[in-house]
Amino acid sequence: MEIIFKNVTHAYEANNPLASLGLDDVSVKISDKKFTAIIGKTGSGKSTLVHHINALLKPTSGSVIVGDRTITSETNNKNLKPLRKNVGMVFQFPESQLFEDTVEKDIMFGPMNFGMSEEDAKSSAHDMIELVGLDEKYLEQSPFDLSGGQMRRVAIAGVLASNPETIILDEPTAGLDPVGRKEIMGLFKKLQMQGRTIILITHNMDDVADYADDVIVMHDGKIVGEGTPSEVFNDEKLLTGGMLTLPQSARFAQRLSQKRFKFDKLPITLDELSTEIKQQINGD
Amino acid sequence: MPGDSLIYKLDPRGKFLITFYFIGIVFLANNVASYGFLLLFVLFAVYLSKINLGFFLKGLRPMFWLILFTVLLQMFFTPSEHPIWNFGVLTLSKEGMVISAYIFVRFVLIIFVSTLLTLTTTPIEISDSIESILKPLKAIKFPVTQIALMLSIALRFVPLLIDETTKIMDAQRARGVDFGEGGLIKRIKSFVPILIPLFVSSFSIAYDLAIAMESRGYRDGEGRSKYRMLKWEMRDTVAAIVMIVITGILLMIRSY
Ligand SMILES: Nc1ncnc2c1ncn2[C@@H]1O[C@H](COP(=O)(O)OP(=O)(O)OP(=O)(O)O)[C@@H](O)[C@H]1O
Ligand SMILES: [Mg+2]
Repeated sequence: MEIIFKNVTHAYEANNPLASLGLDDVSVKISDKKFTAIIGKTGSGKSTLVHHINALLKPTSGSVIVGDRTITSETNNKNLKPLRKNVGMVFQFPESQLFEDTVEKDIMFGPMNFGMSEEDAKSSAHDMIELVGLDEKYLEQSPFDLSGGQMRRVAIAGVLASNPETIILDEPTAGLDPVGRKEIMGLFKKLQMQGRTIILITHNMDDVADYADDVIVMHDGKIVGEGTPSEVFNDEKLLTGGMLTLPQSARFAQRLSQKRFKFDKLPITLDELSTEIKQQINGD
Repeated sequence: MPGDSLIYKLDPRGKFLITFYFIGIVFLANNVASYGFLLLFVLFAVYLSKINLGFFLKGLRPMFWLILFTVLLQMFFTPSEHPIWNFGVLTLSKEGMVISAYIFVRFVLIIFVSTLLTLTTTPIEISDSIESILKPLKAIKFPVTQIALMLSIALRFVPLLIDETTKIMDAQRARGVDFGEGGLIKRIKSFVPILIPLFVSSFSIAYDLAIAMESRGYRDGEGRSKYRMLKWEMRDTVAAIVMIVITGILLMIRSY
């Protein structure tokens, strides 16, 4: 599903006279079946932006179009289930949503709310737990006996189990070990290859460079940059404005260019970097 | 909430006591003049605070049904010699209407001053004030410091828990829970997925807090120096005198 934000402004309920805007006149298009990364400093409005996609938040003004649904300030709270079934969301700290007495039941909770039969939900739970890299034996355990990283995987499985078309991930790998992170990111990429739309909020620029097709850069509730990772990481204005840091490979390339190397465009992934270096060494 | 108006700057202990004192003297008023006078005073205090009147009206909203119920009760159940309208036990009379108007104004006064206190004083200041006011009780071994600490921790937890609840509700909504839909049983059931994570995270927050306090060397008890100092100034004395003057005027214009 294509997702379009049209002049969306969101003011968090102004109990506080000094409250600022969560989103400030945001217009952006998130392409269907692509892997889109959203980056920006803490408090820049990333979570606020994605909460609009499944109508957990509604625009104060403007509209959000998700497939054939339009969400505006007047959207009713009823009948949001079909939308939320299609748009799965893994929250910033998903482990705090676990509540059932076994992992299996917790994974089945979402699908069954969305009308899946118990058997289907059960088999989905078995598939998903393996997909997120946990052994089936965990299904019988209490989710509260797991480690933080395992809880996170269970929570991710719980969202994937409803088989959503669009998957929103709010810093899903924070707190995972490097190997676990790679596994989980690989899983998301695989899901995208199977035809889903992935929206990833992250502070990890290497993940952006390695996995994303498109990048949205946010700052102070506004969108300050858009494009492919290579375009965004080569945008002088964003870099000097401190709205963005570079992935490791690009930083390495920057250091190299102080020596005798020259890059027209900063390589952002390890592959690009090594190809460039090889070429330049052989070219000499 | 920061602010720089006079009301913000008053010593929280004074503000706290004055608020309760004022709620007490509201009950002295018993005629148009005295209610009018108090209303003017409260509106003046609201003006001094430089806070938008809208925030005070919002304070009325949660009490709306209670106010309506009390006012209607007074209006229709006040016995009278000269009823305008009579139906069984229901009586509508001029006295009844006047009394219900007074009750209404009394609600407004009390809610406005308490809103004024809570909008211009942080919860921490309130708990500091309570500690300071209760200090004399230390003489009889009443654990004032501990109680104040408990109070400030509890106050600190409220916004945290509200945040946590919204987060958990959002997460469950995204997993297809519809709060406030279906029959009673279904509605009650839909709160289980909130309550359990909420309990779990409250315990873990409390546990973390205990560890954090211990590792920073918190030891319960006497002789702790204060980080936030309360200072009684000239303007606080003036505020107290104003309250005495108001009581005097009130005693003069109320009817006996
Ligand atoms: N429930 C809320 N009530 C009031 N203001 C809020 C609320 N949630 C967020 N904000 C404010 O909105 C702004 C954007 O917050 P948001 O959570 O979208 O940031 P973020 O980009 O996701 O940050 P992070 O990287 O830390 O997750 C912040 O300034 C924040 O203070
Ligand atoms: Mg966030």
